[in-house]
Amino acid sequence: MTQASASTSSPRAADRPSDGLSGETLCKWLYDMQLIREFETRTMQAYQQAKIGGFCHIYSGQEACAVGTIKSVEDDDPIVLAYRDHGHALARGLSPRACMAEMYGKLAGCAKGKGGSMHMFDKPHWLFGGHGIVGAQTPLGAGLAFAARYEWEVLGKGKKKVSLCYLGDGAIDQGAFHEALNLVSLFSIPVIYIIENNGYSMGTAIERHTANHDDLISRGKSYGIKSIEIDGFDVLNVYDQFKPFADECRDLQRPGFVDLKTYRYMGHSMSDPQKYRTKDEVETWKEKDSIAALASCLLTPESEGGRGCLSEDDWKSMRKEIAEIVRDAVQFAEDAPAPEVGAELYSDVYINPMPQLSPMGEYTHGEKNPLL
Amino acid sequence: MPQLTLVQAINTALAQEMERDDRVLILGEDVGPNGGVFRVTEGLQDKFGKDRVVDTPLDESGIMGSAIGLAIGGMRPIPEIQFEGFLGPAYDQLVNHAARMRTRTRSAITVPMTVRVPVGGGIHAPELHSDSPEAIYTHSPGLKVVMPCTPYDAKGLLLSAIRDPDPVIFFEPKRVYRSYREEVPDEDYTIPIGEAKVVSEGDDITVVTWGAPVFQCLGALDNLPEDVSVELIDLRSIYPLDVDTIVESVKKTGRCVVVHEAPKTAGMGAEISALIQENCFLYLEAPVQRCAGFDTIMPYYKLELEYLPETPRIQNAIEECLAY
Repeated sequence: MTQASASTSSPRAADRPSDGLSGETLCKWLYDMQLIREFETRTMQAYQQAKIGGFCHIYSGQEACAVGTIKSVEDDDPIVLAYRDHGHALARGLSPRACMAEMYGKLAGCAKGKGGSMHMFDKPHWLFGGHGIVGAQTPLGAGLAFAARYEWEVLGKGKKKVSLCYLGDGAIDQGAFHEALNLVSLFSIPVIYIIENNGYSMGTAIERHTANHDDLISRGKSYGIKSIEIDGFDVLNVYDQFKPFADECRDLQRPGFVDLKTYRYMGHSMSDPQKYRTKDEVETWKEKDSIAALASCLLTPESEGGRGCLSEDDWKSMRKEIAEIVRDAVQFAEDAPAPEVGAELYSDVYINPMPQLSPMGEYTHGEKNPLL
Repeated sequence: MPQLTLVQAINTALAQEMERDDRVLILGEDVGPNGGVFRVTEGLQDKFGKDRVVDTPLDESGIMGSAIGLAIGGMRPIPEIQFEGFLGPAYDQLVNHAARMRTRTRSAITVPMTVRVPVGGGIHAPELHSDSPEAIYTHSPGLKVVMPCTPYDAKGLLLSAIRDPDPVIFFEPKRVYRSYREEVPDEDYTIPIGEAKVVSEGDDITVVTWGAPVFQCLGALDNLPEDVSVELIDLRSIYPLDVDTIVESVKKTGRCVVVHEAPKTAGMGAEISALIQENCFLYLEAPVQRCAGFDTIMPYYKLELEYLPETPRIQNAIEECLAY
């Protein structure tokens, strides 16, 4: 975490985009990261209490990735996610209430409880899922970015945008990803594939799941895509490296590939026995926790190389406020009404409901013979 | 009014809709200068440019996935998949993304995409180039599946499909592409998705079919004795299915033969038979017959006409059903 606590007076300092960020902005980032951490902790509890159904993938440990990259782009740049998506959704501005209610399968969720943990969509925030098939979201990211470029270039509307498409290191082995890389390079589509490389494809370590594992960016380069590696455990470093990279992709309307190195503290999913790694390994990573590091940087006075924009009291009350917000989100999800069978089970399949869809429909039970 | 083939009618509809709506764009393998494997998009790149008629790499999953991305990004993409068998690599994108996006987002995000796919046998092609997978995609809620067999219907249904807010698979029977012409109006008109067409009215027996077999059925009707009155229904849309038209007809005739190219087991004929017994049980004079492809892989061309429901086999099924 040396970069995070580097002195502003160092010779390189003036070149770093994060040095231009206000204390207020940095505190907001710390807030967002802590919100994700707290949210995920409560999510695990709710899952263990069987309040959340299905499968659940916890983001804890990777907060700097979502916050550092999402804060580097505009609010209306489209984002596509894999299934470990709560953190990005919150960083993008989805309300904790709507996010938690979605996992509870309640009407008040961001998709009225029809998507669940793996499918966080929020159109007003340009958040296009949440996708459960590993790697299959990557051509979608290509298409979304294609649409944005088409709108700006062909229709003469909108503005230059860059889309972000997230995937894990496990997804780089999927065929669809390679098709997507080829397409976006060939057509110069402004999408950045962000590999949140946490070192594991579910329970299989990277050296056992992918060839040339210590040089992932060679995948991007081999398709002629500008590719960089970023230490994703340090949010300021993520911003410093990703912001100019994303700006360039937007400006030149071309794709990018980022190997964003990170680590997840929890299992692949809530039901992961984690036999593939040791507790010591996890603890070693936790020692350089991204939230603790950022907090330390903001708490340390400028004279000592920090940013000095946060007091111990502020940090304490920030955590308290976040804990309260997340508690409120859980309570909100608990209290929210469940979807009504009649209204919700048969709707949202097509624009118009189809009579055959409903067991109450006209055809399923057959008609009585009028002659009898 | 011009006499057009199926290929020409589809080409005309694409051009007219691209003229009308600049969000419409075509993407597929060799759809540009070559005009696609069956020349359906011929001349469109010259007219609308490379940004709107996009030659893609040979990557069906990439084509379908990026078309879905375009659709959720506000465009009206029309991906072309060269042959129905090549939907296989794109299946994941179609069924796991396109079909489910509306439900997943509670209609906040939809996929207004029309997937054009040549379908069916009869052109001396091998399997993967002669299959009929319409039941597979009908079994995925969220997709609409249409298969017009006449130039007039193709134009009207294609315009409906492109304007539909949900994903539509638009199957084009290859066997009919250039084998039949009819008058197709120049003007803009639509045929609603989900409406079958009664090709000929009759009282003795109902024949339900779609795609190229419509023409084989017409041949069978010509061979039947003059006093046999057959009601021939061309579904045109496989899903949503026009249950009303089928039920109304079978209640009148009491007999039904379903004809399709796809393998018999778990084909659309099974679904239609089930709907008929649910809705017309006490009107039936005979069991519903299915005259279909066999439960085998589509054979190479020497055996192709043995596999497909050709006129003699259809005629036989009708006669058996009538004699029951």
